[in-house]
Amino acid sequence: MEMNEYLDVFIEESKEHIQSLNNHLLELENDPTNMDKVNEIFRSAHTLKGMSATMGFQDLADLTHKMENVLDAIRNDKIELDSDILDVVFNAVDNLESMVFDIIDGGDGKKDVSQLVAQLEAIEQGEVISNTAPEQSAATTSNAQQTIDIGSLDQFETTVLQQSSDSGFFNYKIHVQLEEGCLLKAARVYMVFEVLEQMGEVVKSEPTVTELEEEKFENDFTVLLVSKEDQDTIEQKIMKVSEIKKVEISIFDINQIQANDSKEEQSKEQKSASKQKNEPANDKTNTKSTHVTSKTIRVNIERLDALMNLFEELVIDRGRLEQISATMKDTELQETVEHMTRISGDLQNIILNMRMVPIDQVFNRFPRMVRQLAKDLNKQIDLVIYGAETELDRTVIDEIGDPLVHLIRNGLDHGIETPEERKQQGKDEKGTLTLNAYHSGNHVFIEISDNGAGINRDKVAKKAIENGVITEEQVANLTDSQINQLIFESGFSTADKISDISGRGVGLDVVKNTIESLGGSIRIESEFGKGSLFSIQLPLTLSIISVLLVEVQKEKYAIPLSSIIETAIVNKNDIMHAHNKQVIDFRGKVVPLINLHDIFEVPGEKDDDNFYSIVLIRQGGKMAGLVVDTFIGQQEVVLKSLGDYLSDVFAISGATILGDGQVALIVDTNALIK
Amino acid sequence: MSSEETLEEQTVYIKSIVFDLKGEEYALPVEYVGSIERMMHITRVPQTASFVKGVLNLRGVVTPIVDLRDRFGFDAVTETDSTRIIILEVNGLEVGLIVDAAYDVIDIPKEAIEPPPEVIGSVQVDYIHGVAKLDERLLILLDMEKVLNAKGMSDLYQKQS
Repeated sequence: MEMNEYLDVFIEESKEHIQSLNNHLLELENDPTNMDKVNEIFRSAHTLKGMSATMGFQDLADLTHKMENVLDAIRNDKIELDSDILDVVFNAVDNLESMVFDIIDGGDGKKDVSQLVAQLEAIEQGEVISNTAPEQSAATTSNAQQTIDIGSLDQFETTVLQQSSDSGFFNYKIHVQLEEGCLLKAARVYMVFEVLEQMGEVVKSEPTVTELEEEKFENDFTVLLVSKEDQDTIEQKIMKVSEIKKVEISIFDINQIQANDSKEEQSKEQKSASKQKNEPANDKTNTKSTHVTSKTIRVNIERLDALMNLFEELVIDRGRLEQISATMKDTELQETVEHMTRISGDLQNIILNMRMVPIDQVFNRFPRMVRQLAKDLNKQIDLVIYGAETELDRTVIDEIGDPLVHLIRNGLDHGIETPEERKQQGKDEKGTLTLNAYHSGNHVFIEISDNGAGINRDKVAKKAIENGVITEEQVANLTDSQINQLIFESGFSTADKISDISGRGVGLDVVKNTIESLGGSIRIESEFGKGSLFSIQLPLTLSIISVLLVEVQKEKYAIPLSSIIETAIVNKNDIMHAHNKQVIDFRGKVVPLINLHDIFEVPGEKDDDNFYSIVLIRQGGKMAGLVVDTFIGQQEVVLKSLGDYLSDVFAISGATILGDGQVALIVDTNALIK
Repeated sequence: MSSEETLEEQTVYIKSIVFDLKGEEYALPVEYVGSIERMMHITRVPQTASFVKGVLNLRGVVTPIVDLRDRFGFDAVTETDSTRIIILEVNGLEVGLIVDAAYDVIDIPKEAIEPPPEVIGSVQVDYIHGVAKLDERLLILLDMEKVLNAKGMSDLYQKQS
């Protein structure tokens, strides 16, 4: 079918609309009197209905239609919004979502929703008195409004209209209605405008031209035309454009509209005044929610990947050119190479930025999930989200969803207590789960914290011994934070009961593995009785990193800059020994030294130099000094894997190709500090 | 069926690359071979089996390199002008093998292949697929999957250490 080419667009847009439905419904739940939200929801539902009907997904269209009726009744104050109604609407949205997912999987989006439809109808009928066709009446009223409403005119427009009518032109108001199911609405609008502009001048259009171009309208629009032609000619000419359903032309009286305008403004002012009285804080969110139209295009992620791969090759060649120009010592060549380096640096930023998406894409499904889980678990939970606008590489976003879901479920199930327990402990009955995302250096941090029960050291220790993760003697020597880390070991679950939500003991180790495979790390802080905090650290991007190149004997190693604090040269006499290990005093802290020579079993004799070159690295709260022979310098390199054949090499996280074509290994500093 | 049988009756050839290792000739089915390279700079990867010589940059791809002499437990020799790296692709793994020399491509008739001779006292190795006698040449056919088998590798590694 020809529709196929529109299917992708349909799927993307339906997903967006369903997401917006979810978001607005949640906001509405917190603020049931907010009619703006109802309107937003209505709009999304309406668009969704139109799209699915066009695409031939009848069940989807029917369900949205019923939902729309209920929403319409709500916004017309015909029924009172309560939590039961909201639950049904939420349920409807869930069903819509599953239908859309069925379509994504190649299904036909069919689903038996008769019960739900009946419920929606009952809501609509139950409370509505003598309202047989609420939708129709609403439609006519809105239509009537539209014929009058061409928005307010600015001074320039009024002058133009005034002058034109004075000099014998006619001012027409033309209402054009497109056929339902018109696929390229913007193109039709363009054709209509072309026709109009042959006959006169379009002074104003409602919605605005930009909105029309972006198809941000339903099936009709209104324009003000200044022309010498008579009404019939105009109508005939417009009707020649195909897929036009109806054209209504009327003479536009400028004086009348001015009067109307002032009236409207007054009423608007009144409205906003009353709103301000009710809820002064609401204003802020309102201004925020006005849509910012930005010019964007959708690009297949594969194309971006291809671009990235090509760019990686370029980075390798750039390194090579830098090296050649350094040995040739030709100023012209050096200048060109420097310029190229700068440009490719900018290019790299752009390409990386293109791949960045806000973490909101992952976070936005959590409010619904938490709401549902809280209901299932009979707990009261407040979800607070900070930093949803934080951007991360697309590949990371794709992978991080599941681990986060797991941690949130865990926090809700094991972390936050039941309202009764919380009351007993003198806590607020409502628990709080906080999601926080922020950038710091070359990393993104995602923190999930709750003010629940926290981790019970004894329980964890006991469980760990039972499951053979550690022995009883070991427990005594472990610090609290070390005990906390045990919950990431495989085969571990501290929940007394195994519930559906979490607690099959396959969880947290998988979370940890996923995060580590992304080049990140996870840390846990917990205070018994007060709550826990899971902190995930992720790299901003996965493919190009800044490293410090160092030499150990004849071998070159790359140390990621993100884990380096600084480099230092230390006199041999300043090295101390503690417990048969070399340590140095670094600004009052005792830092252990790790000799790369030994760790990597580098062949050749160790130089007996009087000075040690040391790279200070940090992992979490711990530090260590890596002893190397020489520092070479900082470089941007492309991260490459060692391949499946050499997976799991100790303390090596990958490889990179240097300017001279040789391979240098990238040191995994996380593995060195443990 | 019948066409297969007639094929069977005709001589089936296995196109193979012949290489030299410690004066003996080995053969590899040509479809495994990606390319044959001269020696180039290999970056050692620490804490791997001794026969993993390291990795090299093969036109932008980081490729691990196995020293076949070491893998088979032969003495190491210094590289010569004829030393070659045969780049293999087996089950999606790209691996290079260091051999003493790589020669020609020949067709080995299937019936010339015999199972590996069992000699009392010698270590039975699973990576030899068979031997083929061709005129006066004796070719050892390798089972590449077994040669590169990670498990086999670690077993061997343990034996050595």
